Amino acid sequence: MKGNSYFSRKLHSLLGIIPLGGFIVVHGLTNYQAFERGPEGFSNGVHFINSLPVIPLLEIFGIYLPLLFHGIYGLYVAYQSNTNTGRFKYGRNWAFTAQRVTGVLTFVFVFWHVYQTRIQVYLGHITHEELGSTMNLIASNPTYFVLYVIGVLAAVFHFSNGLWAFLISWGITIGPKAQRISSYICMGIFVIVSALFILSLVAFRGDEFKEAASAVLTLTNIG
Amino acid sequence: MAETTVATKSVKFIITRQDTPDSKPYTEEFEVPYRANMNVISGLMEIQRNPKKADGASTAPVCWDSNCLEEVCGACSMVINGKPRQACSALIDKLEQPIRLEPMSTFPVVRDLVINRERMFGALKRVKAWIPIDGTYDLGPGPRMAETKRQWAYELSKCMTCGVCLEACPNVNDRNSFIGPAAISQVRLFNAHPTGEMNKEERLDALMTDGGIEGCGNSQNCVRACPKGIPLTTSIAAINKDTTKHLFKKWLGM
Ligand code: HEM
Ligand code: SF4
Ligand code: FES
Repeated sequence: MKGNSYFSRKLHSLLGIIPLGGFIVVHGLTNYQAFERGPEGFSNGVHFINSLPVIPLLEIFGIYLPLLFHGIYGLYVAYQSNTNTGRFKYGRNWAFTAQRVTGVLTFVFVFWHVYQTRIQVYLGHITHEELGSTMNLIASNPTYFVLYVIGVLAAVFHFSNGLWAFLISWGITIGPKAQRISSYICMGIFVIVSALFILSLVAFRGDEFKEAASAVLTLTNIG
Repeated sequence: MAETTVATKSVKFIITRQDTPDSKPYTEEFEVPYRANMNVISGLMEIQRNPKKADGASTAPVCWDSNCLEEVCGACSMVINGKPRQACSALIDKLEQPIRLEPMSTFPVVRDLVINRERMFGALKRVKAWIPIDGTYDLGPGPRMAETKRQWAYELSKCMTCGVCLEACPNVNDRNSFIGPAAISQVRLFNAHPTGEMNKEERLDALMTDGGIEGCGNSQNCVRACPKGIPLTTSIAAINKDTTKHLFKKWLGM
């Protein structure tokens, strides 16, 4: 099995959905609590996640390692592809290129975002409870807000279009009709999950997330 | 009057040329007299007959490859006005001028428009795209194929190894070892055959190694580019299903 790209590619594909795809959906739903239920709802979500058992193991084996493998191998996969959208201007060919471009954008965005949030918790600069106000600081900065919207749209497109490709890579959608129907469903998923993230980014700008902000003045070192 | 305009009508070509496999490509312009019902090959024959560039300077005749002249051998594949296709079925009347001809540079260029499609034949060998029936005694007739299956299998059998689908694929390039769509579709064809099916695991195994089916990134250009209308993306997805099943069966020792 060593050195066989068939197995590494299959693993790459699987990790894109389980756990990473699952994670991005749960993450979107948790953040959406900020929009629907305000700071209460958001911190309940954060609490719920942190109350799960063996959190460090879940984080390492459920997120960090899969993300590193999928991300780094994904960069290599992207490097191995040409772009020929100039010659073949078909929607699917654009999506093929977009899958690679959004992969690279997601790579950059995820590291930056994790640095601004989770790593600050690790470093002891903020606590889990202060994540809401951290996000308030970020979302209130117009430049960061725009960069976050771009990052989120790229990541969610990458996941939704990746789901469409995953269904083909594993032989679940075979004929053109099945692939067309799944492309509509994946487009729907893109719209819904993007909306979850963008609405929560808008909600984080609200003053109610600011209250704890004074306690986190140390945050000025972020960014 | 009408006759003189017809007589002076001409066809303009801009052709990407290359003298040796390693030399730098360059372009030359040609203008040949128009005749009714010309195709790109007859235009190239005209240049061969009178190898002069549009500016009148003489040059070496342009080299190309062709054989059947009816779009079944695949030898004359080249990039015509940006799209890979067969020169013999590319009618001048239906092309925008000047007509740009380039070799399918996904493949090694031998000279001018002549390319080496060896890798495609190598791929067919690699996936064992044949039905092994040789033996020491007569095995008798094999099982029959259901008519419903024969109908779609026949479509797959139209592949002429022309290479257009590889030229269209963004994952067939120097950095990537992807085998290309054509051979994957041939695995589906030979695995559908009642006798060929008896060796189906060998063909699946061949696609489950480096540069096999995992190289497909679903751009789906191939199915649009194939001149024979072969449902390549359906074949790839179907073989994705078979290789996935085969993978789990092997793991479970079944
Ligand atoms: C961290 C940076 C990332 C990079 C550089 C990256 C790169 C890539 C690339 C190049 C592909 C195309 C593979 C192909 O179609 O052949 C891909 C597929 C995919 N990615 Fe990512 N990705 C990243 C993050 C993510 C994340 C966070 C998720 C989940 C939300 C994800 C989910 C997927 C899925 C589901 C596929 C489709 C797998 C398949 O084709 O079977 N990726 N990724
Ligand atoms: S599948 Fe179609 S495009 Fe590809 S080699 Fe065969 S005939 Fe040519
Ligand atoms: S000469 Fe055979 S396909 Fe054109």
